Amino acid sequence: MSRKLGAAAALALSIVAAAQADESSVALAPGEGLERVQAACAMCHSLDYIVMNSPFQDRAGWEKTVTKMVKVMGAPLTAEDTAAIVAYLDARYGKVAPAPSTQ
Amino acid sequence: MDRRGFLLGTSGTLAGGLLVPRIVLAAGADGEALPAGTLASSVLDALPGKRPLIKRTFRPPNYETPVEVFREAYTPNDAFYVRWHSAVPELALADWRLRIAGPAAQTPREYSHAEILRRFKWHEVAAVNQCSGNRRGLFSPHVPGVQWGYGAMGNAVWGGVRLKDLLEDAGIATAAVEVVANGADAPMLTGPDFVKSLPMWKALDPDTLLAFEMNGAPLPSSNGFPARLVVPGWTATYWIKSVTDVTVSDKAFDGFWMKTAYRVPKGMFGASDFDSQDTEQNSPITSIKVNSLIVGPAPGSALAAGRRVEVTGIAWDGGSGIRVVEVSLDGGATWRKAKLGRDLGRYSWRQWRYDFEPKAAGTATVLARAVARDGATQAEKLVHNPAGYHHNLVQRADYHVA
Repeated sequence: MSRKLGAAAALALSIVAAAQADESSVALAPGEGLERVQAACAMCHSLDYIVMNSPFQDRAGWEKTVTKMVKVMGAPLTAEDTAAIVAYLDARYGKVAPAPSTQ
Repeated sequence: MDRRGFLLGTSGTLAGGLLVPRIVLAAGADGEALPAGTLASSVLDALPGKRPLIKRTFRPPNYETPVEVFREAYTPNDAFYVRWHSAVPELALADWRLRIAGPAAQTPREYSHAEILRRFKWHEVAAVNQCSGNRRGLFSPHVPGVQWGYGAMGNAVWGGVRLKDLLEDAGIATAAVEVVANGADAPMLTGPDFVKSLPMWKALDPDTLLAFEMNGAPLPSSNGFPARLVVPGWTATYWIKSVTDVTVSDKAFDGFWMKTAYRVPKGMFGASDFDSQDTEQNSPITSIKVNSLIVGPAPGSALAAGRRVEVTGIAWDGGSGIRVVEVSLDGGATWRKAKLGRDLGRYSWRQWRYDFEPKAAGTATVLARAVARDGATQAEKLVHNPAGYHHNLVQRADYHVA
């Protein structure tokens, strides 16, 4: 998806979201690992933390964030979870990924 | 509860016809701007008891104040920004107690709200409350964290009792090193509780309060009901909300939020004033750095050539007060003094204004910078640091003149 399309998609979804602004209005981009991200991250915080912190973190940046969530904040994730989550965040919300979409 | 949200889009008005605060989208100095994902995920949304604010994250709630609100000398309680590390605690005033204890407290105490009001003298102070990460979203390159724009701050008259009076009532042992404050908020999972400490000199400062009121009304729950610390001049991380426990400690507190988080590289922003927390590498963030903000007209708005316009703004620092605010219309070659508003106290921000007449069609650029009474000036080049603190770059506002 081009940056322009990404922005248009975000705009369309945000207008829909305007009717009901709570964290259920935050929808992450589809991709491998999405379900795992939703289950793990939303245990403690809304998923807009991810969109907000994009697209400027590279893989190492996201890895640092996820590691902090496990080691400091106590997220109960296996090494497999962590790897899948980092891969998703890098692919969908990483520095070189397409513009962030809330769709 | 009405929780309608509105998109902060690229045009002036959108869903619901609500005017979008354009400064949210405006680039700051050197073309810096909030991350694209931040803009895409921000909406105007109202928390309980609040007017719509700029939602950065829903849970925990992190909401910033639209800059246009800063036209007022004091930020209304329902427009005051909200920042939490975990869920907002819901406390009943009748059940709330403040405990003072610890190895360097001579007599442990426990007070109800009524007892504090009965026994201790009421004190008020006007002070800016500014999140350590205010303007983090404008750092270039971006750093992770809550991507705040200009509005993670506010100015209020805080009312309560002196922390010093409470501490002296408990009795401070000579071994006292720090005063540690904890609120009723609880960490998620096994994460670290949000607990902060103060050096004795700051805890005993006559302007450091246990506040029950802001702007003459009880604190909103999302701003720390029923009581929070007010630590004038220092960033808001120390202003513990919904405070329940104060520990007078005989050693430096080593919790995560002191030892690891809220730190700046040693010496990068001057000498530390919190010795017991210094390490070889870094120091805790403490005093607010001198800063200013152009409030109106909103940067990016249209001005008429040949018509006088009043640029208004605010300036503040960590408590020395504002000596002068200067404005440049020629990219920084020459500077002229803005007219300062009434002095509301050294910890308050100071309003300023500057009249000018844009002469020709095109872009008019206004730069504003403040100098504090202690001589400190704003940064001309951003001082990058890992957590994105102390953004006090000289601001640049572009207007379209037609």
